[in-house]
Amino acid sequence: MTAIADALREAAALVAGADPALAAIVALSLQVSLAAVGVATAVALPLGALLAVGRFPGRRALVVLVNAFMGLPPVVVGLLVYLLLSRAGPLGELGLLFTPGAMVIAQTLLVLPIVAALCRQAVEDAWREYEEQLRSLGASGARAALTLVWDIRFSLVTAVLAGLGRALSEVGAVIIVGGNIEGVTRVMTTAIALETSKGDLALALALGFILIALVTLFNAAAQLVKEAAERRYG
Amino acid sequence: MADDGRILPLELRGVSFAAGGRTILAGISARIEAGPATIILGANGAGKSVLMRLMHGLLAPSGGEISWNGRDGAAARRHQAMVFQRPVLLRRSALHNVTYALALAGVPAAEREALALEALREVGLAGVARRPARVLSGGEQQRLALARAWALHPEVLFLDEPTANLDPGATREIETVIRAFDAAGTKIIMSTHNLGQARRLGDEVLYLHEGRLVERAPVEEFFRRPRSPEAAAFLRGELPWL
Repeated sequence: MTAIADALREAAALVAGADPALAAIVALSLQVSLAAVGVATAVALPLGALLAVGRFPGRRALVVLVNAFMGLPPVVVGLLVYLLLSRAGPLGELGLLFTPGAMVIAQTLLVLPIVAALCRQAVEDAWREYEEQLRSLGASGARAALTLVWDIRFSLVTAVLAGLGRALSEVGAVIIVGGNIEGVTRVMTTAIALETSKGDLALALALGFILIALVTLFNAAAQLVKEAAERRYG
Repeated sequence: MADDGRILPLELRGVSFAAGGRTILAGISARIEAGPATIILGANGAGKSVLMRLMHGLLAPSGGEISWNGRDGAAARRHQAMVFQRPVLLRRSALHNVTYALALAGVPAAEREALALEALREVGLAGVARRPARVLSGGEQQRLALARAWALHPEVLFLDEPTANLDPGATREIETVIRAFDAAGTKIIMSTHNLGQARRLGDEVLYLHEGRLVERAPVEEFFRRPRSPEAAAFLRGELPWL
């Protein structure tokens, strides 16, 4: 028990003292995951909306695929991106392996299906409600999809948050393509894995607390925005 | 907006509609002319809503033909508007719900706001133009749906039980707007459960019974002396004191 208590005390001191190494790790985590969520969202929202509203051959297969990919194992995505970016791989020329850029790519691939699948579901539910009215007004296809996405924008915050939670908390992909290099590609989750295996539980715990606190903070902020918007717009 | 030719008369020839193995409408033939406000009456499940959706082109008939002055439905849809039992409004201001419809109708951006405000004034909602549409009362939401239709200056306006969810006060306001459409020369095609409303707003009645058009008559004649036994039974059921 004392080991845990000691670790907790040390962790609190690290957080309170705003340890620079710790701060750098947290900052990189946020940069990588927010970038990945940004890129993934920009692609996933139109894709999800199109899957919801569009009627084209292969749509159902694509829906199943996107849903299935919500559960992509991060290590497998990491491995695939590693193969793509490695010196001998098709994108090896870019020299991205073991850089934050590689980590953004891997996390984007993990987040994209989550946001797309949740967006598809939300837009499909809205489409059921709006379809006749929108068709009566002459909106169809891409126009209708855009209208729906904008109209349920506050509900889609939840989909984006689910993606962000995934990006911030996964370790398998970033450790493979980033390499967990101190000061370059070390993020919260890879540091936790490393420090735990080294026996430095204090740093691992401190990072763990920060990680959970950040995710909670993002969700709380989003919830507040959503509630305010619902009061305002109905 | 009907400057490139009128879409009426609307012609239905042997129109039928089936869904999930169930026949909902069968053998509907009718020619609907510009002018008299047409009320579609019938019991629940008689096919009133489906018939209007077929006319408006939201559903495709399983059999038969629908033509608008010789044109097909898609070309004629721009000259029609429909107001549903429950208005579907977007999460934006009342004004922007109307400008959205104008944008879809191809009205240039510079003209949309003035047209939308005029439509909102017409239904008595100018004062709430900037309020979010979804926080308006039920009656105001339905009037906003009417304003959205008004702004489009349709040649034909479909109304699917537009006051079914409203209290008497809100119903009166809606009826006033519908009369204004009628006075402005818009052809009204409306289904309703409210027989008083049918008499107040309608000029002619199409009576549906179990998916068939069993009677068509001027409104006073229909209520005074229905020719078909089905309509007579319906009126006795709805108005037992007659």
